[in-house]
Amino acid sequence: MNTLIVGGGKLVYFLCRTFLSKGYRVTIVNRNRGECVWLARRLKATVVYGEGSDPHVLEEAQADGVDAVLAVTPNDEDNLMVCQLASLQFGVPHTLALVNDPDNEEVFRKLGVTAAFSTTGLLSSLIEQKAAFEDITSLISVAGGKVNVTEIVLREGAPVIGLALADLGLPPDSLIASILRDERPIIPRGVTTLRAQDRLIVVTLPENHGRVLKMLTGDVT
Amino acid sequence: MNTGKGLFIIVVGCGRLGSYLADKFSGAGAGVVVVDREERAFESLSTEFGGFKVEGDATEFAVLKQARIAKADVVIGATHDDNVNMMIAQIARKVFLVPTVIARVQEPRRINLCQALAIDSICPTAIAGDLVLKTLEQASEKGQDGGHR
Repeated sequence: MNTLIVGGGKLVYFLCRTFLSKGYRVTIVNRNRGECVWLARRLKATVVYGEGSDPHVLEEAQADGVDAVLAVTPNDEDNLMVCQLASLQFGVPHTLALVNDPDNEEVFRKLGVTAAFSTTGLLSSLIEQKAAFEDITSLISVAGGKVNVTEIVLREGAPVIGLALADLGLPPDSLIASILRDERPIIPRGVTTLRAQDRLIVVTLPENHGRVLKMLTGDVT
Repeated sequence: MNTGKGLFIIVVGCGRLGSYLADKFSGAGAGVVVVDREERAFESLSTEFGGFKVEGDATEFAVLKQARIAKADVVIGATHDDNVNMMIAQIARKVFLVPTVIARVQEPRRINLCQALAIDSICPTAIAGDLVLKTLEQASEKGQDGGHR
């Protein structure tokens, strides 16, 4: 994997170090001369001094040969231009942008950036998940969010305790894929009965996600 | 001049170009909103300016909404930062479907990207540069006496 990172600060330093340890090739573009020297001394990366949204600078950084561009400067507008320039003029297949304003995540995707993420968005969704239901952890979302895999802890008093799976009346397109009971995994069948403290691994679609969680925990969300 | 009469126009950036345009549009009877992140920038507007001023960073989506961008007939990116102008122009055109959008771009090397992104741009550097070249060309055509005036 050949990557190009535009930006500076600790973020770029550690990002680059992580990528290098995975065996990626990394080129960094930074517009602060002193920082370029600092980065070049510490990292086995190509460091190019210049403004990342300038076509000449991206050319010098050989952007036409990279697999992915990450734009992580503190300015949303610069990150957008870096990504657009990379994809439109250098044919870079994947572009990722950091945005400050969480509203810009969706805007950037509409404008052709492969993925836009905001620190604000990431942190607030983490906090929301934890705060809203401590017993529910979103494990992964598969196929770009089309399938959710969620872990749920059944507390005392949950409406489904004592019921067999076949009697739960779960909606179609949902599945209790696994139960962790006393740290032991169970692949359940229709006759398996739910108990308090069971950890359920639940597979849902976004359409029925909320309904399934509510059925299992009894919480209104 | 009555360019813009009856239209709702948003000018982002209240520097020399932005304040000039905002005054002209306002004088012509357009509904004008000027956006700038520095309140002091609005001092460049004439005392007759009859539009609205929004203080805020136009790369923040909420600020564009506050300027009522969804209702705009024309959006002009006139900040001193090319990337800001190009970003706002795209948001106006592609997210809010504003019919007429123009970005001021100082760096001639960015004109290609504007074309690839299908946004209308005006590059004062290229315009001034071409004018200088044309003037010199005319001067040399006028003869060898050196001056053309």
